[in-house]
Amino acid sequence: MAAFPLGASTREAYGKTLVELGRENPNIVVLDADLSSSTQTYAFGKQFPDRFFNVGLAEQNMIGIAAGLAASGKTVFASSFAVFATSRCFDQIRVSIAQAHVNVKVVASHAGISVGEDGASHQSIEDLSLMCSLPGFTVVVPADEIETSQAIRAAAATPGPFYVRCGRPKVPVVYPPDYNFVLGQAVVMREGRDVTLVSNGLLLAAALEAAAALEREGIDARVLSMPTVKPLDQDALVRAARETGAVVVAEEHLLHGGLGSAVAQVLGEKHPAPMGFVALRDTYAESGKPDDLLAKYGLTAEDIRKAALATLRRKAT
Amino acid sequence: MSNPQAPAQLADAGASTSLTTDQAPGVEDLQRMARILRRHIVTMIGRANSGHPGGSLSTVEILTSLYFRTMRHNPADPQWADRDRFVISKGHGAPALYAALAEAGYFPIEWLSTLRQVDSRLQGHPDMKRTPGIEFSTGSLGQGLSIATGMALAARMDQRNYRVYALLSDGECQEGQTWEAAMFAGHHQIDNLTVIVDNNGCQLDGLICTIMDLDPLAAKWKAFRWHTLEVDGHSFPELLEALDVARSTKGGPTVIIAHTVKGKGVSFMENNNEFHGKAPTPEQVARALEELA
Repeated sequence: MAAFPLGASTREAYGKTLVELGRENPNIVVLDADLSSSTQTYAFGKQFPDRFFNVGLAEQNMIGIAAGLAASGKTVFASSFAVFATSRCFDQIRVSIAQAHVNVKVVASHAGISVGEDGASHQSIEDLSLMCSLPGFTVVVPADEIETSQAIRAAAATPGPFYVRCGRPKVPVVYPPDYNFVLGQAVVMREGRDVTLVSNGLLLAAALEAAAALEREGIDARVLSMPTVKPLDQDALVRAARETGAVVVAEEHLLHGGLGSAVAQVLGEKHPAPMGFVALRDTYAESGKPDDLLAKYGLTAEDIRKAALATLRRKAT
Repeated sequence: MSNPQAPAQLADAGASTSLTTDQAPGVEDLQRMARILRRHIVTMIGRANSGHPGGSLSTVEILTSLYFRTMRHNPADPQWADRDRFVISKGHGAPALYAALAEAGYFPIEWLSTLRQVDSRLQGHPDMKRTPGIEFSTGSLGQGLSIATGMALAARMDQRNYRVYALLSDGECQEGQTWEAAMFAGHHQIDNLTVIVDNNGCQLDGLICTIMDLDPLAAKWKAFRWHTLEVDGHSFPELLEALDVARSTKGGPTVIIAHTVKGKGVSFMENNNEFHGKAPTPEQVARALEELA
């Protein structure tokens, strides 16, 4: 990761952007469930106490209050850790947000196993599967502070339900300052002809690092950033499969129901190609330092490099 | 009590008498309307051959009080910004609400005969995207009070003076979320919020007191800092007075525990839990309509 300077965590970028949005748009209301100092919504609460409500440890109610506020014209951001903001209150999200199709943005922090020491109960590895299953939801996984800020702005500006997945650790800045995030659009981070590495969130930097390693071995890997998991940029995926003939997807989530599944669905239907997956395989993780966990559970640049080589071996020549 | 923007009057309802004066309807008018709503409920559930008659019939006086007397609303303009809001948290009581909305003029009475059919505007549980006058989609019990609380909070933030009403079943007071919301509304002293609990004493599997007793229910709400009232949920004078008291009570939300009879108004459905979620046969519909003539 040495190639990229360490930036803020995506949750920090979220908190900072919320404050900016609060200044610009008096219609924005923010809710949190006793984790505001972790999710970073506390800053908004400090600046705009009349538009911030800490509901206490009551995530189900938080979702309902958010839905009621949204039905009354507010743009509502509701935040907690990803485990508590999604699976804890999934039926509330399903009925009161998705079916009602109201303007609520569920923005979660502490997603994935990079939560670290808190262990499996706090490591959300199913949230994308849950949230992508909901009709009408837009799901975004930003990779760094630059993308997070723009994704949050896009969510605020676009009516309807959103899930934005943020993480705990500080992450490398992988985008240039003039990056322009567009909802539903993939970003070619690096061109390549031999294989495409698709990723987002924490693992996008690892995918870029893997591509650099592959280059040293004479393999020309394309890196496709896929911040919007739903709706997927199908054209970019089909183009990648057609032009590179092999696709590897890397994500900090379970294999089942995450980005990899979504990409496989698209390619299976539109342009089948050999695929490889770097993800958690039907297992919960455990306590530990984030880097140790990523290594133990196979979510590093080296794992992506190996998956690319294995996938390339299955590629028709 | 009065609606400056075209109050919903007791509309002409086929077999019923219509009320065409500008005066607020009296108890006798409301009683006539309640009978009309009950006829609609039995007829539409019978025709759909599916639905929840017991818990619809128990809410009739509550809905009649709200839609034809208490609430400020305008059926010609369902999105009027200052309207009072009603959230039916007990979504399975939808047929009663559909009957009230149709009679108030939100949509044609003819729609009632499409209940629960493919392509119908009237879903088995309320769908705000399909039905004019439905403030929020419900059906998964325990969620409505949070929604209503959010709406009441928005009124406060926007300095609007509308009130929000939520109708809960007693059974859904077993849902934890109900108490999360009750805690929030009590803590934030949300006094433009009124809950009515349709306290009919039954849930799907039987008597509440034997399955998971809620007693003392009023004390529970009181402990969550709610002003509590208890009324006969089939008595218009008691309901109307309680709704007035709720409106004038400041500093916190009010809950009206309305003691009701499941299946009220149809002798063979009253307190007969068989009719929680089972439609009457055509013969039973005919018998019920005779009783409600």
